[in-house]
Amino acid sequence: MRHRSLASFGVLLVAIAVIAVATHRVAGQTAPPASAKPAPAAQATKKWTAPRTPDGQPDLQGYWTNSTYVPLERSDKVTKAFYTEQEFAALVKDAAARENEQTEPGTVADVHYDFTQFGLDRSQSAFVKNDLRTSMIVDPPNGKMPPLTTEGQKRAADRAAERRRMGATTDAVQNMPIGTRCLIMAGSGPPMMNAGYNSNYQIVQSPGYVTILVEMIHDARIIPVGDKQAALPQGVTQWMGDSRGHWDGDTLVIETTNLNGKNPYRGSSEKMKVTERLWRADANTLGYRFTIDDPGTWSASWTAEAPMTKSVGPIFEHACHEGNYGVRNQLAGARLEDKKAAEAAAKKTSN
Amino acid sequence: MRTGFRAPFVAAATLAVAFGVMPGAAQAPYRAARAADGKANLNGIWQALNEGEWDIEGHSSAPGRVQALGAEDAVVPGLGIVEGGPLPYLPAAAAKKKANFEKRLTSDPEIKCYLPGVPRAMYLPQPFQIIQSQKHIMMAFQYAGAIRTIYMDEHTDAPADSWMGWSNGHWEGDTLVIDTTGFNDLSWFDRAGNFHSDALHVVERITPASADLLNYEATIDDKKVFSRPWKMSMPIYRRKEKGARLLEFRCVEFVEDLIYGALRKPGTRAQQ
Repeated sequence: MRHRSLASFGVLLVAIAVIAVATHRVAGQTAPPASAKPAPAAQATKKWTAPRTPDGQPDLQGYWTNSTYVPLERSDKVTKAFYTEQEFAALVKDAAARENEQTEPGTVADVHYDFTQFGLDRSQSAFVKNDLRTSMIVDPPNGKMPPLTTEGQKRAADRAAERRRMGATTDAVQNMPIGTRCLIMAGSGPPMMNAGYNSNYQIVQSPGYVTILVEMIHDARIIPVGDKQAALPQGVTQWMGDSRGHWDGDTLVIETTNLNGKNPYRGSSEKMKVTERLWRADANTLGYRFTIDDPGTWSASWTAEAPMTKSVGPIFEHACHEGNYGVRNQLAGARLEDKKAAEAAAKKTSN
Repeated sequence: MRTGFRAPFVAAATLAVAFGVMPGAAQAPYRAARAADGKANLNGIWQALNEGEWDIEGHSSAPGRVQALGAEDAVVPGLGIVEGGPLPYLPAAAAKKKANFEKRLTSDPEIKCYLPGVPRAMYLPQPFQIIQSQKHIMMAFQYAGAIRTIYMDEHTDAPADSWMGWSNGHWEGDTLVIDTTGFNDLSWFDRAGNFHSDALHVVERITPASADLLNYEATIDDKKVFSRPWKMSMPIYRRKEKGARLLEFRCVEFVEDLIYGALRKPGTRAQQ
């Protein structure tokens, strides 16, 4: 089934699939990447000298992917920081099987898309690192988010109550997840998380700016570096907030505030501050670490690492909203079912 | 001494006139600021300032599309950005343009927050930013977060049709020349229903004219819609405000009830 679908996928992607097979063989033999172990960013940059742009900035440019099997939080069943290679292989196999199920109509109730036709999920990506870590979170050391504060718990309960009040997801477009509505996806962040499929990025630098183009929703994070741009006034908020960058040695540090709260991250408030660090760890790896500060949500700040792997271009145009038949079809289907149910009820009454 | 100075100046002025340079620019032609690689530096936040978004052809003021919006939605008059005219529509295409105009309130892709296409992105009444590296020049548009990537090497054909097209670029002196194909047939040129097909081929020339001014021209070729290629041109200005920057205009949420409202479950509350 998969291979037959791939055949119709076009020459380019077939070529990628061929690379995937080759890479997978190598990946099975590689040790965990250096960046897998928590290490200060400054230490990681020392090992490999980043190239420079013509105007002298550390050169982060290129195509990258953060596609990964590493979960944000460590599973309750796991107490160690790294899987063995055998455990990891089994985990990947299970996850790939689950994702494959989703692509085959009729196998699960909520078939979303056939990834082999419409996207590159993790199981198809040539660039998923053989990353044995059991969590992205490196601090706290238990690999889990710190406990929610009372305020954070109340917000979570309020949000759940609001969702119940709004009704079923298919009652109205506004009840659907923001990703389904093509508003924003996990890839944009901040923090930038893998998006399940098409987790692709392109970094382009110009003097005073590092621009990160996120394939999903074609979001461009234009990060001013240094004093290039003043901070946004407090009252002006955005989905992706206001991001400002500076170089700490060869590491780009990005601080983001002024979030509008419409895209909460794991229950965060709009007062969340995200501090991201991006650095060239080696020729094929972009180190990425982020720290979440949101005292109204978590009892302590916490830090995770989600390194990116060098990938190939181009970034395709993700015209998500323009082609959003998913929302229309779900709503139309639900209204049709409402109508059928009403007719059945009327018939029952008349009988 | 004075004569010695004047003679080359007169010669230069004569040359300038002979080559059709604007009389006001009889001094040495503007030499653009350089990027680190020696190319003209187009980085910055830019915006066109004309009425082409209402209608790329010359037009008078007119009532708007939505009565409730009164003067705010009224058509702002403009001389047009098309060189010459009228637009050389083929007969069937002229009829379609007329039909587009009639149903512009429901059919203009901008109403639905769809990607603007090219060249429309360049003269929307919102800023865009040029991010210039050696291999890629990106244009990020505030409207709908639209993106163009201009490939300065590794030129290839478009791998797939798209709203913003596939752009290959090269430098001719200080002029950035962008050749764009691979469009779908869904975007319009303006709010008046001027349109193109998937055969659209746009060649743009962007030339710095001063530190804060770009001269922009685009040659539009679309054999399915027009009987000959035609040209539009306009200045594009640098946004000079302190702290000028792009902000988010993530318009999808503003159009959801417009697009999907009819499929809302009866009795549930519409968004205000």
